[in-house]
Amino acid sequence: MEFGPYLMLAMLEGAVLAAVLALMASGLSLTFGVMRVVNVAHGEFYMLGAVMAWFVAHLVGGGAAIAFIAAAVIAPLAVGAMAAAADMTILKRIDYDPERTIVATIGLLYVIQQVTLMTYGADARPVEPPFNSRIALPWFEWGEEGLALYYPWGLSTTSYKLFVIAAAAVLILAVRLFMTRTKAGLIMRATQLDSEMATAFGIPVERVYAAVFGIGAGLAALAGVLIVPVQQAHYLMGGDALLLSFIVVIIGGLGSMAGTIVAAILIGMSDGIISVFFSPTLAKILATLLVALVLVFRPQGLFGSRPR
Amino acid sequence: MLRIEGLTAGYGAATVLRDLTLSAAPGRITCLMGRNGAGKTTTLKAIMGLVRPQAGRIQLDDTVISDLSPHRVPAQGIGYVPQGRRLFGELSVAQNLRVGLMTRGSGAEVQEEVLDLFPRLRERMGQRADTLSGGEQQMLATARALCLRPRLLLLDEPTEGLQPSMIEAIRQVILTLRDRGAAVLLVEQRIDAVLAMADHVHLIENGRNLEDFDAAQLTRAPDRLRRHLGV
Repeated sequence: MEFGPYLMLAMLEGAVLAAVLALMASGLSLTFGVMRVVNVAHGEFYMLGAVMAWFVAHLVGGGAAIAFIAAAVIAPLAVGAMAAAADMTILKRIDYDPERTIVATIGLLYVIQQVTLMTYGADARPVEPPFNSRIALPWFEWGEEGLALYYPWGLSTTSYKLFVIAAAAVLILAVRLFMTRTKAGLIMRATQLDSEMATAFGIPVERVYAAVFGIGAGLAALAGVLIVPVQQAHYLMGGDALLLSFIVVIIGGLGSMAGTIVAAILIGMSDGIISVFFSPTLAKILATLLVALVLVFRPQGLFGSRPR
Repeated sequence: MLRIEGLTAGYGAATVLRDLTLSAAPGRITCLMGRNGAGKTTTLKAIMGLVRPQAGRIQLDDTVISDLSPHRVPAQGIGYVPQGRRLFGELSVAQNLRVGLMTRGSGAEVQEEVLDLFPRLRERMGQRADTLSGGEQQMLATARALCLRPRLLLLDEPTEGLQPSMIEAIRQVILTLRDRGAAVLLVEQRIDAVLAMADHVHLIENGRNLEDFDAAQLTRAPDRLRRHLGV
């Protein structure tokens, strides 16, 4: 395949990663933005989403589309409820202290991972996509008769991958609208800006924290459900996803949703392109190097504001 | 009627208020005065439930508010204008007011009443709170608290750092609220402002009651206040 079509293929793969990453990192950014909690267990909620999708798909049966829809509804709700319960039973009891919550969520990470290993096992298992038709993509070349479109061999994607990109974009827009246009979003933003004053105006801050932790985990789980027909569900899949999510929220600016989206596109696309042309390891090395540069030269991230 | 009896409170191991007793009556302006670190702000925070009492009780009419969860305190009709305004800076003026309105489920008519007191805010409804001038921010902080339709209004140094015209505007609003029957508990350092408004003054030192003055005593005793406050 020539360079142009090959680059387009790499960018499509990158766009799928960027979409899933943006969704997952939005949850991490929301949790940090509102609660100031660095949730080290966030990758495990992503893994739980994928694993639960497998369980739900196998329990429901009745066709791939119905099983997938059931998984997309049940898994994020179940993971969100589990996270909210973890918030109320663990994080609330340690007063959301920034250092102790890091240790607590590391503990949560291992608990979730090991319980998954004991119940789900060490195998990687797929979930059938609801639809998966192959779509050949056109390319162009200049010929004697001017610009001509043609379909190079191997330049194609699947309808499901395009769906993942579109679904992630719609969900992120929905989160944005929820935060800016609803009463619940206003309550969360007020809590994020000054939790003590939020309390002084009758906002039950601890309940808001539980809801935010649940929504953040639910978004990670939804990302896990979306990716499981492309990758397989495995009990260790949360590690890489967590690393990339942290890279994204640090580059974008901790707590900045707009920055998170831009950084997810940057990291996802560069990961896709570098992985296809060079190697996935080089992609991770460069992303980590970029984080180091951001931390040195712009510690607040690309879109974050300096603390006053 | 606000009654604080034998209140001891502080932060962690540090005790700031020691056996403090004071009251604030409806339709009256009660001032809380004292040197820096005397415990004035802590007293207001304790009323709001933001600092938990170690001993004593805080009662508003028949409700012991010191037994309530902190987020249930403002719904009793207590508006709080904190020192330094503490607006939700990234939210617009309208959204800041909406947070106040949500506390007691107040509607648009309450917002209109509040905006009638601060007409300048009407022109700034879509503007981010942290881009307002200092005076406008103080207006918004006061307006946000008034959105609760408070029967008790707590104000922590509301005229600090404001130009005279703004101080007068805030003073007029406080007097209006008093005339409408609200109890006003005001922390204020400026003796001239206190003498012009207060019906009663509680002077505290190191978190303890030092001396009380009623309106008649105040007019005769500004020198005693100055001596106590070291100004």
